[in-house]
Parts: sequence; structure tokens; C-alpha cells
Amino acid sequence: MFRRRVPVLDSVTIWFCDRAIDAAVDDSVAAALLADGIHFFGRRPVSAAPRAPFCMIGNCFDCLVEIDGETNLQACLVTVRDGMRIRPHPGNGSGDRDDKGKA
Amino acid sequence: MKHLDIAVIGGGLLGSAFAYGLSADGGRVGLIDEGDHAIRTARGNFGLVWVQGKGLNMPDYARWSLRSAYAWTPFSEQLHAQTGISVEYHRPGGFYVSIDEQEFADNLALLKQLRNEAGEDGYDYEIVEPSALRKQLPEIGPAVPGATYCPHDGHANPLKLLRALQEGFQLNGGVYTPRARVTLIVPLKSGGFEIHCDGGHRFGSDKLVIAAGHGSAELGHHLGMEIPIFPVQGQVVVTERAEMTMAYPTNYVRQTDDGNYLLGPSARDVGFNDETETTTLRDITRRCTTAFPHLKRLRVQRSWAALRIMTADGFPIYLQSEAYPGAYSFSCHSGVTLAAVHATDVSRWVLDGQIPSRYSCFHPERFNVPA
Repeated sequence: MFRRRVPVLDSVTIWFCDRAIDAAVDDSVAAALLADGIHFFGRRPVSAAPRAPFCMIGNCFDCLVEIDGETNLQACLVTVRDGMRIRPHPGNGSGDRDDKGKA
Repeated sequence: MKHLDIAVIGGGLLGSAFAYGLSADGGRVGLIDEGDHAIRTARGNFGLVWVQGKGLNMPDYARWSLRSAYAWTPFSEQLHAQTGISVEYHRPGGFYVSIDEQEFADNLALLKQLRNEAGEDGYDYEIVEPSALRKQLPEIGPAVPGATYCPHDGHANPLKLLRALQEGFQLNGGVYTPRARVTLIVPLKSGGFEIHCDGGHRFGSDKLVIAAGHGSAELGHHLGMEIPIFPVQGQVVVTERAEMTMAYPTNYVRQTDDGNYLLGPSARDVGFNDETETTTLRDITRRCTTAFPHLKRLRVQRSWAALRIMTADGFPIYLQSEAYPGAYSFSCHSGVTLAAVHATDVSRWVLDGQIPSRYSCFHPERFNVPA
């Protein structure tokens, strides 16, 4: 869906689960993952719907991932670092409300 | 010049509810909306459909809010069926959570008085002790001395409500005109009105509803109507989405269908300033994390401020012009709670040509002190 407009000169290696990814040194995590063809960043907490970055400027919170063990980070606001370990945001899919509004 | 049976000025929650309700009758209804440089109060709502605690010294307002809460279920179902938009209305009842003994005592005194004023109509609420409260709201904090529960309270998504109303209005055949700030209203000898707008739009209408939020005060002057309203700022904080733990809305915290928590709203008199500031946001988050400590673990996504349309007693203004009986002006700060009666009852008043006398309590003459 996305491709780089300029070639990567200085690269670092980051990890998405068990997958090694070459990223440009100044990529955001979101940009690096998208450039590598990753469109699944995690799941919505309630509906468990899959999600991917929407705004890329820190507003939509649809790019949340886990980075080096820290959860709930916005991938579009974090710059890559060599050896970084990224995992998708775990939606637990607690389900929709019933019609009484109860979870 | 476009001719309308009814022109509604104002594309916020009130104007859109009237436009939706009025257009359902089949007439030619136009909704005239200023634009995004207007004070967009309807973009800042908290989203409670709330009855509890409302109507002190005015039982008619307590009844009015309750009437709307009852009307909300068929109203939201009809909107959904017609537009396909769910406004996420839930009515599990709501809790007023106090965070210290004094606040708890004050709230109990308030509700007791409201029940006294309601007389034989009754005023439904229960006092909930902390142990029982923990069963309904498991995340409640240890400092909370208790809460009150009202079975009529609920909540909805105010942005989806606004969108559904405008969509439903257009499906009813209504004509929405954006970027049209009204600059002049001319009453005609025939009883109708001529409405001039920025951008060259001009409308003729038999009837006219002014529901322009803070703009209503100025627009009323074109027809000699005094609308005594002023802004009270509210700030709201929204957290990231989290798993669903809150089955009920409360006075200061609710969880949306997406899992976000909304915290707030504050109430400050700062004129037309609609910027957030740190001390108020701190007070909101302190209060809400005292009531629900688990919120401390969540990230804040954003915050905003909006400007309520307030009156001296906090109750709505529903006014029909004496000089030009085809003109009405409606203002209030409870655009979400009262949306259901605005789209039904109040729209019916305009179609019938008269505000029933039992609702004369909402006439602004109540603010005039007899000499």
C-alpha cells in the first residue's frame, strides 16, 4: 500500500514480533512498519477490530503498539532505534455492550 | 430567493433537532448554519442524557428532563432506523458519585428537596452505600462515601447525534445551507420573514426558529426579542480506549462504546474564552481519579473546552415572539438530554403555532423582577 519515496541511506534494524525490518534512522515506528507492508498494528480494546495508523500526527491513537515492553505507545510519535522490539497492541475483545449498556 | 415554510437558524444540537422534527411533517424546512468559525458548542458535549439533580425550584424542568429521557428510546431508535446511524444511546441508569462526605451530604439534601418539590409526581433515586456501589461500579475508589442512582439517566454519543439529526433532516427533504451567517431578519407585513445571509443567500419563510446558540441573543434583536443568555465554559478530558469496565454513566465520568473514558465537564465563567488550561484539567483528573483510581493508568488522548449556553437560573428559554408570532427562539445548555423533546414536542409547538401554556414557565419573562 505504501512505498518509500527516497531510498534508505542510514538504516537500523527493528523487530516486529519475530520479523526483522530495515528502517531509516529517522523513521517513526509507524512509518517504518507501513513501509515494510505491515498494516496490522493491534486491536481495539472493546470491539477487537484490527487497526492501523490513520492520522500519523498523534491524534487518532489507532497506531498504538508495545515497544520494548512498554504498552500503549503511539507508533507515529516514536522514532526507531536499532534493535527495537515492537509488538501489536493487544485488544482483549471484551465485547459490545448489551442493550442495558452493561459491558 | 428560496421560499421555506419554516426556516431554522442554527445547525447545532437544538437547531438540528428542530429541523429534523419539523421536516418530518412534510413542509419545506431549511436549516441555515453559520459555519465552523461560529462558536460550535455542539462539538463539545459530554454526552449525558441526564435527569438526576435537575430542576431545583422548578419542578417543571425536572418533569421536562424526565419526559425527554422517556422519549429518548423511541427517538434514538427512529434515528437509527432512518439514517443507519447509531447514536450509542444507553439508559442503564446513572450514578452521582460524591468524592467526599460534604459533597455526599449536599447531594442527598438536593435530591430530598427535589423529591419534596415533585410532590405526587415523585422523583426517582436511590442512595447507594459503598459496599453496594462496588458491585455496580467495581473500580470505585476507597475515598468515595457513597452515591445516588437514578434509573432514568443514560448517555449517548453527541457527535453521532448531531450527524444523525442532520442526516435525518435531509432524508426528510430538508435543505441544509452551510456557511450562511444570518446578517438580517426582516419581518414582513404578510406575517412571514425575509432572511439575509453572508454569501448572498436569501430566504423567505412563513415561520422562523432561532436556535443559534450564543448567536441567538443578537439575532433576537432583529425581531425585538430579548434572549438573556451567557457562556459558561466546560472542559472535557478524553482518555485512550480501554476495556469495558464501566456499565453505568456517572456525573463526571462515562465510558463510550469505543472504550474511551470522558472526564469532566468543568464549569467556569470565563466569558467567551474556549481554551483549556492546566489548573482546570488538573482538577478534573484529580476528581475523576479519586472516584475511579484505575483511570490513573490510562493515557489522556486530548482535552477541549466548549461554551455552554447558560441562563441565570440554568433552565431553557422557549419564547414565541408576541410582535411576530411566526418567530420562535429556543435556547438551553442541555442539547443532548432534551434532543428527544426538541425533535418531538417543541417541533409540534411550532407546527401548531403556539407554545402550550403549561410551558410558559420557560418564557424569559421569569427573569424580569417586578417593579
